[in-house]
Amino acid sequence: MRRFKEFIIEKIILLSGFACILFVILIFFFLAKDGLALFKFSSPWNFLFGTLWSPLSEPPQIGILPLFLGSLIVTIGAAVISVPLGMACAIFIAEIAPKWMREILKAGVELLAAIPSIVIGFIGMTMLSPIVKHIFHLPTGLTALTGSIALAFMAIPTMVSIMEDSISSVPRIYKEGSLALGATHWQTIYRVIIPAASSGIVAAIMLGIGRVIGETMAVMMLTGNASVMPHTILAPVRTMTATIAAEMGETVRGSEHYFALFAIGLVLFGITFLINFLADMARHRKNK
Amino acid sequence: MSKIETKNLDLFYGTFQALIDVDLVIKEKMITALIGPSGCGKSTLLRALNRMNDLIDGVKVTGKVLIDGKNIYEPGTDLVELRKKVGMVFQRPNPFPLSVFDNIAYGPRTHGLKDRGKLGEIVERFLSRVQLWDVLKDRLEDSALDLSLEQQQRLCIARLVAVMPDVVLMDEPCSALDPLATQRIEELMFELKKDYTILIVTHNMQQAARVSDWTGFMLLGKLVEYGETKQVFTNPQEKQTEEYITGRYG
Ligand SMILES: Nc1ncnc2c1ncn2[C@@H]1O[C@H](COP(=O)(O)OP(=O)(O)OP(=O)(O)O)[C@@H](O)[C@H]1O
Ligand SMILES: [Mg+2]
Repeated sequence: MRRFKEFIIEKIILLSGFACILFVILIFFFLAKDGLALFKFSSPWNFLFGTLWSPLSEPPQIGILPLFLGSLIVTIGAAVISVPLGMACAIFIAEIAPKWMREILKAGVELLAAIPSIVIGFIGMTMLSPIVKHIFHLPTGLTALTGSIALAFMAIPTMVSIMEDSISSVPRIYKEGSLALGATHWQTIYRVIIPAASSGIVAAIMLGIGRVIGETMAVMMLTGNASVMPHTILAPVRTMTATIAAEMGETVRGSEHYFALFAIGLVLFGITFLINFLADMARHRKNK
Repeated sequence: MSKIETKNLDLFYGTFQALIDVDLVIKEKMITALIGPSGCGKSTLLRALNRMNDLIDGVKVTGKVLIDGKNIYEPGTDLVELRKKVGMVFQRPNPFPLSVFDNIAYGPRTHGLKDRGKLGEIVERFLSRVQLWDVLKDRLEDSALDLSLEQQQRLCIARLVAVMPDVVLMDEPCSALDPLATQRIEELMFELKKDYTILIVTHNMQQAARVSDWTGFMLLGKLVEYGETKQVFTNPQEKQTEEYITGRYG
């Protein structure tokens, strides 16, 4: 009887494992089926490197380069802001803050992670964008930079909690060994603790960036939604995710435009897949 | 010449008193062993000498620890200078997860040396000092974590002496090693004695008898007996010491 129970449980776990993989594969095929259909209308080269996104003109112009660059600028901006801030925050929580403050900060970071992205978009729109507009004397405060800042705050909680975990789990004997050699606390942090935690830190950065790339709601509200080739971070841009979200509702099923949106989805899928893969590599580098 | 002197040293973990009125005089360029049953305060005493206990919350120390005549618990003591002078080897070998080279160069680098050539000389000199140079000279860029335990412990000793300390504190440095490796580390200690004042905590009474010049026996936070090793082992003055070294303790 007990044997039988074990058997059933084992099979259920096996099944759910397979189900997960199956879903990923199904999603991929679903995307690929409609996404690749685009290439009946246009070539992959024109799709990936075309500089004009104007699906409603006649004939439709389907080039995702401006959208890709929009995503890229927003993502790089968010990374530049969130990585140093997240690192500093994680180091402070794990190494410097006194015990009572550590608990409060960790709870705070988790709370930040729980804020829905629409709320961040809302705050960004009403508070952040006027500031950006004012500081840089822009015609509009809805720019790539505005999106980057808001996204940075969405990436930071993920980054901080994973980084903090990996810094805290650096064995105590490394820290003691370093201090016993006459190193200062700060030297110990950047010469021993951070290198020892580096695989976790890299993974944290990758996952944070993954979240930024996939984010839709806040960028749609904050980046100005102009699908033109961006020249500076202070220009309005439109990301790939925002394009799909904004246009899916108004496209005709089976049209070139419709397939193009799926193709964008396919590109996004590829990018996030790559990033997760790199994060995994980083995490396992330690036990090579 | 006395290198280290503790005077009425008391140490509390919160309300628990782990060291009780310890008076100890350690001679320069000798090996001093601390023995005693588990939990009697050997590690605590050792860590009080380079103020590693400062890292633990709620530790309170009263009394004095004089090193070269200066009380290290005086306010304003420079902990970096103190720990450069009084280094420590840990029970479990703890090389950093860096290359062999970077492990040895760690101390000199933290104290400001940048010149790669000079660092290279230091690495060679101190790896030779612990008889690792010939084995490792082609593996300097390998991770130190890939070495055997004995090699790791030697590396830690080399890493420490590369900082040029006066005093080397060793907390059960051989307890993770097999008997042959232990013997070779003991030989290394003899060799290092020429230049350093060494304090070793050990559970192994044969080891204390073999390597040390002076021996202290601790019990429940007190230094019960302290004297020349030969005398402590052959003619202990205290009954508790005799019971412990003849294995009749507890
Ligand atoms: N961080 C700490 N907080 C509270 N009590 C502690 C702490 N560290 C040690 N103690 C207590 O202090 C006493 C002495 O500990 P210590 O580690 O110095 O003993 P030891 O002689 O080195 O023992 P062992 O031979 O097992 O290493 C023990 O009773 C121990 O429980
Ligand atoms: Mg101990």
